[in-house]
Amino acid sequence: MYDGGKIITGLIIGLLVLFLWPFFYDRGGRAGVAPKPELTPKAKEAGACVAPTPYMREYHMQLLDDWRHTVVRDGERYYDTSKGTWQLRVLADIEDATANAGERHYKDVQKKVYYKSLQVTCMDCHSNKSKFCDECHNYMGIDPYCWDCHIEPKENK
Amino acid sequence: MGVDRRAFLKIAGLTGLLGLGGKTAIEWVAPGKVEAQLDTPPVTKGKRWAMVIDANALDDELMDVCIQACHREHNVPDLDDPKVEIKWMWKEEYAHTFPGQKHDFIGDDIKHRHFLLLCNHCTNPPCCRVCPTKATWQREDGIVMMDQHRCIGCRFCMAACPFGVRSFNWGDPRKAPEEKNPDFPTNVKYPTRSMGVVEKCTFCAERLAKGQLPACVEAANEIKKNALTFGDLDDPDSAVRELLRKHYTIRRKPELGTEPNVFYIV
Repeated sequence: MYDGGKIITGLIIGLLVLFLWPFFYDRGGRAGVAPKPELTPKAKEAGACVAPTPYMREYHMQLLDDWRHTVVRDGERYYDTSKGTWQLRVLADIEDATANAGERHYKDVQKKVYYKSLQVTCMDCHSNKSKFCDECHNYMGIDPYCWDCHIEPKENK
Repeated sequence: MGVDRRAFLKIAGLTGLLGLGGKTAIEWVAPGKVEAQLDTPPVTKGKRWAMVIDANALDDELMDVCIQACHREHNVPDLDDPKVEIKWMWKEEYAHTFPGQKHDFIGDDIKHRHFLLLCNHCTNPPCCRVCPTKATWQREDGIVMMDQHRCIGCRFCMAACPFGVRSFNWGDPRKAPEEKNPDFPTNVKYPTRSMGVVEKCTFCAERLAKGQLPACVEAANEIKKNALTFGDLDDPDSAVRELLRKHYTIRRKPELGTEPNVFYIV
């Protein structure tokens, strides 16, 4: 091999740059900091969502999937928080749900009946899609196709 | 074992009778019991939604009001091209509405009259039979429903429907020409559709759930009472049953056996 030393040195430098690029790119160390969804004043005032916050944080997609299925296919359009599926999970597998936390969150959710609708109910409080939904979704690199059809609220950016 | 030949034959005979007769046999032994046991409580139990359209009460103007009310309620865009148009409700001439009834000697009045068309919500819907994903299916209350989440856009249902009530989204409805749809989407409480799904009238299932009448019926009622009547065929005292008793009504292509639930007083 001609110029073997140079070629191998070049390859090693190239590989090093390739592997170290992510660390260089994230020199502020911000990639490890998960974004915090921002609550609108209306959401803050309401105080409680349709299920406890830790459940919503981890399982909102399952709740939404359950809603769309029961609404469209079974015609059950109202959601009673006291009968929600979240109760099964809240104590069992949520990270920060010790028995006490579970109880506390349980109390946070008032017994209330909601009209099951992403567009009408969820986005009524969380009308700041770009700060509430997109912030985390972009960070996680996911692009839910909800908004292909469901109309997002108008925001004053 | 205390079963002798006689007892065995008795049990075998009774079992055979139950097996052969099934529900009928049980009905004979204990009337009403099976029905009670099979009863699960669906949301809209014991309903069969239907619409009666009084063609004599409708004129072109009122039909346009109904169509617009429907299309604005459900964010149906005006694509301005019959090849790709999307329609939940539209109007058509007599020969196209009731093709089996037309002949050469019909008076001009009937011949050129328009009729209001929408999904018939057939009792025996061929579209649901062909859908490979159950994206369209018949609800317990008879509504032929669409689940846009599940539609894969194969358009079998469009081929199966003899009434042409289904439309396909060839493009993204939000990219509909702006000059024809200045304020699209017109109803921010209802979704639009995405490219590649089939859509049609759902008898306003979302409004029925809130105890409201379908948008077209409500719009028509504001101008002319009883031009469109919506109700439950299972209820003998309902307004639709009353109209069907009093008037002679026809349906579109009844010879196909799909049993349409939209009736026309002509």
